[in-house]
Order: sequence, then structure tokens, then C-alpha cells
Amino acid sequence: MSADIRKIAVWVEEIHSEAGRPVVPPTRKAVAVAVIVNPFAGRYVEDLTPLMDIGADLGALLGQRCVAALGIAPDQAQSYGKAAMVGEAGELEHAAALLHPKLGAPLRVAVGGGAALVPSSKKMGGPGQVLDVPLGHKDAAYVRSHFDGIEVRLNDAPRAGEIMVAVAVTDSGRPLARVGGLTHDQAEGKDGLR
Amino acid sequence: MPDVIPRKIATAVEEIFHEGGPVSSNPPRRAAILAVIANPFAGRYVEDIQPFMEDLKPLGLMMAKRLLAVLGGDPATIEGYGKGIIVGSAGELEHGALWHAPGGYAMREILGDAKAIVPSAKKVGGVGARLDVPVTHINAAYVRSHFDSMEVGLNDSPRAGEMVVVLVMTTGPRVHARAGGLAAADVKGEDGLR
Repeated sequence: MSADIRKIAVWVEEIHSEAGRPVVPPTRKAVAVAVIVNPFAGRYVEDLTPLMDIGADLGALLGQRCVAALGIAPDQAQSYGKAAMVGEAGELEHAAALLHPKLGAPLRVAVGGGAALVPSSKKMGGPGQVLDVPLGHKDAAYVRSHFDGIEVRLNDAPRAGEIMVAVAVTDSGRPLARVGGLTHDQAEGKDGLR
Repeated sequence: MPDVIPRKIATAVEEIFHEGGPVSSNPPRRAAILAVIANPFAGRYVEDIQPFMEDLKPLGLMMAKRLLAVLGGDPATIEGYGKGIIVGSAGELEHGALWHAPGGYAMREILGDAKAIVPSAKKVGGVGARLDVPVTHINAAYVRSHFDSMEVGLNDSPRAGEMVVVLVMTTGPRVHARAGGLAAADVKGEDGLR
């Protein structure tokens, strides 16, 4: 089953200054969201394989959209994250099926690799509700400067029978990061942690 | 006045494939660009505020160019537009009115010979405030299929002493437009209305 996509939205944020200090180069985050029809809305279905397959398609599509929106080569991506919000006629498990089994591998292709876990969040929600997508360094989860998040919302989604699936990618960490810990330059990127 | 330097710039693009009806063969897109800038009049009453309109012109042009680029770069594909502003709580609504001329001028400059007034919305709001930016056809305000809007906002803006200026462009009508009225194909394009 391929996804019935009603809508795609892509959001890019650049921070040029924070607390009155310039941020050079500007930090940049992108998030791409697909609003899909939930094929299992309104009923209990045991086998969620079709949603897992849709997750794989969306990992590639949304990852590529983020990289394109940032105007970077895939391997310039530094952190990533994923999240889903399920409309009221679905169930939270639908988000899990989309996000966890198959979305990560094609996303990693889109961002030129990634040894670290893709941080995620999921929730039930309605139109206009906020979905916070967590962000973590793509090669080394402990890189402290890259723990972040980005908020997405669409005034018209998710309707009851829909699911919002979001992928976020950055080419940078937080503006003015200064709480220590492992840095981007120190990351080895072998075990996904350090 | 000094150059207007944004603290933050964000862009958003939505691509609408369907809304429960037939899938569009040419999915309409809406895009917005937001710039977060310091409000030079925050915290006090200033009588003569009009010079700031001139200062905003370069920012408006930069935003209009980037917004068009987000939609592919071809002015001929732009069919609708709108603009808006959210003034942070240390400012006043009247400061928002300063965006009318530079915002509209910038989009006309980029789009060439657009005839219709650029519809607008303004408000005073806090961090996370949302603004529904109205959209109408660029050559004839009465084209019913192109009456639309786009909701925008930023979770961290506008801070009290800031303002968020917004431009919106669209590439087509509402996805399932069928409410009659003046059709885009029947526009005379002389008076900006019909």
C-alpha cells in the first residue's frame, strides 16, 4: 500500500541572532510533514504492515524534502528527528508502525548516513495541534550542542481519519550552544552514541 | 535609522494534493516567509513613525525574492498573494500598518504587473501567536476561487520588542474550488477588481 498523501508542508527556520549576539553562520532547521489518509481509521486492525511500508516511503520522501529545503548536500546534515500525530479515529499504535520499523533506513540514505538513533515523539491530536519533533545528532547521540526540537502544526490537520508524519533535519546545532559535553567535531560516529 | 536585520527568518510551503475529492493534477501550493525584526518604537509612543517604511523596503524585497524562490522562481506561476504582521506586546497596532507599503511594493516589484490590492491582516500578539494571512488573486480581487488564507506563526516570536513581518504567495486556487463567481480565466485585469 502506498500512502494517500493529502498534503505536504515544509518549514525552514534560520536563526541569525540570539540574545542580541550574532549567530554566524546562522543555525538552520527544516521540517517536512506529510498529511496522509489513515487506512485503519475507525476500526481495529491487527496487522499494521501497510503502515510500516508507508513509513519507509515517507522516510525517503520527507528526508529528501528537508535536505532540498536546506539546500545542502545530504552528508552536510547534522541532526535529525521524527514524529507523528494521529487523528482521533486512529490509535497511537498507528504512529508507532509508521515511525519505528522502517522509516529510519531510507531517512539515513537521504541524509548521507546516520549512526545514531533517530529521536522521536508521537501523540494523538486534532487540527491545529502542535507536534514537537525532537532533534539529536545523527552520528553520535551524546553530542550535547545538537539536542533540540522543532515545532510543527497545520491548522487543518490531522482530521479524524488522517495522520501527520514529520521528519526534521538540520545543518547545525543550537544557536550559542555552551553547556559543554561532546561536540560535533569530537564525535566519532561509530556506535551512534559518541 | 539603521538597516533592518532580522533575528530569524522562516519559510513554509504547503502542497495540497486533495482535500477528500479528486487528486489535483497540478497541486496548488501556498508559501510564506516570516522575518522577525526589532521594533524600533517598542516601549514608548513615537509620533512620526513613517520613515521606518523606507527602512523596511530592502527587507521586503529580500523576502519577496526568497519567497518566490521557495515556489520555484517563476513569477508567472504566482496567482495569489497576501501579507501580514504580528507586533510584539511592547508595540502598538499602528506599527503594523507600516508593513502595508513595503510589503506590497516588494511583491509587485518581483511579480511585475500585479493589479489587485494585496490583502492584509495585522495584530498585536505574544510569542506563539498565530496569524491568518488573507490571500486573493494578484490581478482581480473578486476571483472567487483564489480567496484563501494561510496560517503562520513562530513558537518563539514575536518577543515584546519585536515584530514578525509576513508575505504569502500561492500558485493556484483552492484545491477543490467550486463556489462559482468570477473565474481566473475571465479576469479583465484592468481595475484590480475584475
